[in-house]
Amino acid sequence: MTAAPLLEARGLTKSFGGALALDGVDLTVLPGEVHGLLGENGSGKSTLIKILAGYHVPDAGTLSVAGHDVRLPLRPGEYRELGFEFVHQDLGLVPSLSVAENLFLGEIAAPSNRYFLSWSRAARRARQVFDRYGLAIDPRARTEDVRAVERALVAIVRALEGLRAEAGDQQRPTLLVLDEPTVFLPQHEVALLFDFVRGIAARGSSVLFVSHDLDEVREITDRVTVLRDGRVAGTVTTAATSPRDLVHLIIGRHLAETTPQPLTEVATTREVVLSVRNLTTRWLQDVSFDLHEGEVLGFTGLVGSGYEDLVYALYGAVRGSAGSLTLDGRHLEVGSLGPHRALAEGIALVPADRQRDGSVPTLSAAENVNMLVLDRYFSGFRLHQGDLDENARRLMTEFDVRPPRPELDYGSFSGGNQQKAMMAKWHQVRPRVLLLHEPTQGVDVGARQQIFSQVREGTAVSSTICASSDYEQLAAICDRVAVIGRGRLLGILTGADVTKDRIADFCLRTAADETVATPDTTP
Amino acid sequence: MSSIEKVTPEQERGGAPGRPGAARSPGRQRGRSSGQVLEALALPVAWLVLIVVFGALRPDTFLTSGNASSILASQAVLVVVALGLIIPLTGGDYDLSVASVVSLSAMLVAILNVNRGWPIGWAIAVALLAGLLVGVVNGAVIVLLEIDSLIVTLGMSTFVSGLVLWMSGSNTVSGISEHLVNPVIVWRLAGIPFEFWYAMAVALIVWYVFRYMPVGRRLLVVGRGREVARLSGIRVGRIRWVSFAVSAVVAAFGGILYAGTSGAAGPTSGLELLLPAFAAAFLGATTIHPGRFNPWGTVIAVYFLVTGITGLQLLGAESYVQNLFYGAALVLAVVFSQIVRRRRASRAL
Repeated sequence: MTAAPLLEARGLTKSFGGALALDGVDLTVLPGEVHGLLGENGSGKSTLIKILAGYHVPDAGTLSVAGHDVRLPLRPGEYRELGFEFVHQDLGLVPSLSVAENLFLGEIAAPSNRYFLSWSRAARRARQVFDRYGLAIDPRARTEDVRAVERALVAIVRALEGLRAEAGDQQRPTLLVLDEPTVFLPQHEVALLFDFVRGIAARGSSVLFVSHDLDEVREITDRVTVLRDGRVAGTVTTAATSPRDLVHLIIGRHLAETTPQPLTEVATTREVVLSVRNLTTRWLQDVSFDLHEGEVLGFTGLVGSGYEDLVYALYGAVRGSAGSLTLDGRHLEVGSLGPHRALAEGIALVPADRQRDGSVPTLSAAENVNMLVLDRYFSGFRLHQGDLDENARRLMTEFDVRPPRPELDYGSFSGGNQQKAMMAKWHQVRPRVLLLHEPTQGVDVGARQQIFSQVREGTAVSSTICASSDYEQLAAICDRVAVIGRGRLLGILTGADVTKDRIADFCLRTAADETVATPDTTP
Repeated sequence: MSSIEKVTPEQERGGAPGRPGAARSPGRQRGRSSGQVLEALALPVAWLVLIVVFGALRPDTFLTSGNASSILASQAVLVVVALGLIIPLTGGDYDLSVASVVSLSAMLVAILNVNRGWPIGWAIAVALLAGLLVGVVNGAVIVLLEIDSLIVTLGMSTFVSGLVLWMSGSNTVSGISEHLVNPVIVWRLAGIPFEFWYAMAVALIVWYVFRYMPVGRRLLVVGRGREVARLSGIRVGRIRWVSFAVSAVVAAFGGILYAGTSGAAGPTSGLELLLPAFAAAFLGATTIHPGRFNPWGTVIAVYFLVTGITGLQLLGAESYVQNLFYGAALVLAVVFSQIVRRRRASRAL
């Protein structure tokens, strides 16, 4: 390593309201290297990236770029002058515009002296740009119609072209930051993206590859810096490090080897409420499992593994799902299921996005809570408003929604109280199977504990499936935790294995085992 | 990036146990604060002020029972159309075809009854069915093909207007049976033609459905959050479809009243109702139950607008004042409801 580092950060520290998000983090990226930034959710990856983008002001630390010291914090937009460019997981493309329009979006949006844009010329220019990168993407296609990986490539090419334009004639080193670029990509398209990224690095640009997917980091990076709880757990050469050692760096300790429970069902004395067979969706493939009376079964996996799709598919809320269910002996085809039917069959879903999917912020709490049970309060050809209000008040008191005032707008309640109201809304229909997706996202600590106990108490009526990427939450409320990787059910953790560390270990390691044949990790 | 959000200090403050969020809105102890009541009653009060002002300026012409009953009856068609309109509006959809359905229905009644000599009852039945057909087609295209309601009903509006011109040969057809004219405009209850009471009956039905029927509540949820409605097991497509069918049938009923009022149908008779209907619907959503399209607010809005226009005309204004009034009212109503919404949103924080 003779070349001066392209980027050298020392002692970056940042705290939010007393909580230390970054604590003396060092990061060195060499010219022409693909450098991984690995860590669990909340380990500090995004804070670090946002400091490089000039979005966060660090409390301490220094930064030098290509040997020159740079004053922190960066001014807005200064990262471009330094030769940095960012591609985030949402890509920042407008789906309804053509590929060429997205490619030149910056030019179109910028105030310029050009009043006239020739689309045929833009398409021709786009084709030339793609040719230069060895890509064959149709510039005239609507962006939402091209393959997911092509969208990612368009975003990356746009970033690279932005850097080229910024540099003008002078040659200078550049750093492309890819922030979880593979999250929305189907597995077979990831390889294409990786080829492209290797090509970029071969041309001398450095790439900072942010991910929490061990497998991908192992495949694409030269070196990797692992963050844990805001500190650097280690910077290692990827090829010389085993997946086990990487997992150790990520979660901070070695775990005793255990074989996760394979797909064969755990012996449970309880009755089976719901049998799912060969559930297949856009993200999931052939997932089969049984849900028992009174249990909470967790579903988790890395971002992009498709685990969250499961609860929506079982509720009939995503199109194009296939598979079969047996609920209390009744046979149901997933493809014929819709929310209305699922509800009638005794399946209920509390979606993760409270404000968009779960409830209407501009209606009152009572109207939200009562949405499902209007027919119960309709008799003698009229709705009984007094009884509806009373029902909402009773439920809000029971689920400790504060203040228990059903006439207030739902949107005026805090996150935790909104979520408790959602739990009340769905719990009152007493579903046989209750599906939860991230039940405590954006919820304060006190409400989180209350929701945990509501879920546990709810099992007296409803067997529950909880899809979540919050391992601590899963460990707290689940009897068993199923792990999905690449759309497939990898295994189910039971009993003493249902701990935060064990779940994290399983998610990370099985993902790596799945596709990278590494003899040293076979137990 | 992460799907688990850190708890922000704000959330902690809002929802920490033992610290009820009620403290944030101390003024709203009971259902409505005085401010909200004032907001709800602003339009009716403004209406009364208009009546008093014009009454004082033109006591001999404006403040007569004849003028009052003529204002109430003459706008019955507009009231009916606006009431039909708030049904899809509540469901989050526009229906720009209502005015053309008024023309279609009035013209069908006239042609079938006058030119073809059909009994009035059959002519009315056909007019209502034609309205239903327009609504069902609107709904089918919008729901099944997932196309924006604004575009579909705009096209439908022009298409139906063309159909009416074709049917009528661009002529006005007059001489409609007194069996329709009598029960619409001639017969009176409490000194006001029946027409007005029909409009009130429609308002009563819409109010009942919105307030006392589960489907009314579901329609509101569909309008405020389609995804929420869908995930709550509400059949969103079906409800939207029905809302278009109902608004068109109600508009067809308006067309029948129109035919009965004048005893004739013109080739473009209903078209000038479109903008006033929208103005009344949006203005109506600022009163009685602010923030929601509601039937009584709509009724009051229609009469507020008409009172203003009639009064100004009695003071000598030309007929252009009508366009000025309706156009301004539509924009102001939407602006006002935006302000109300923003204020509610900021209050929530």
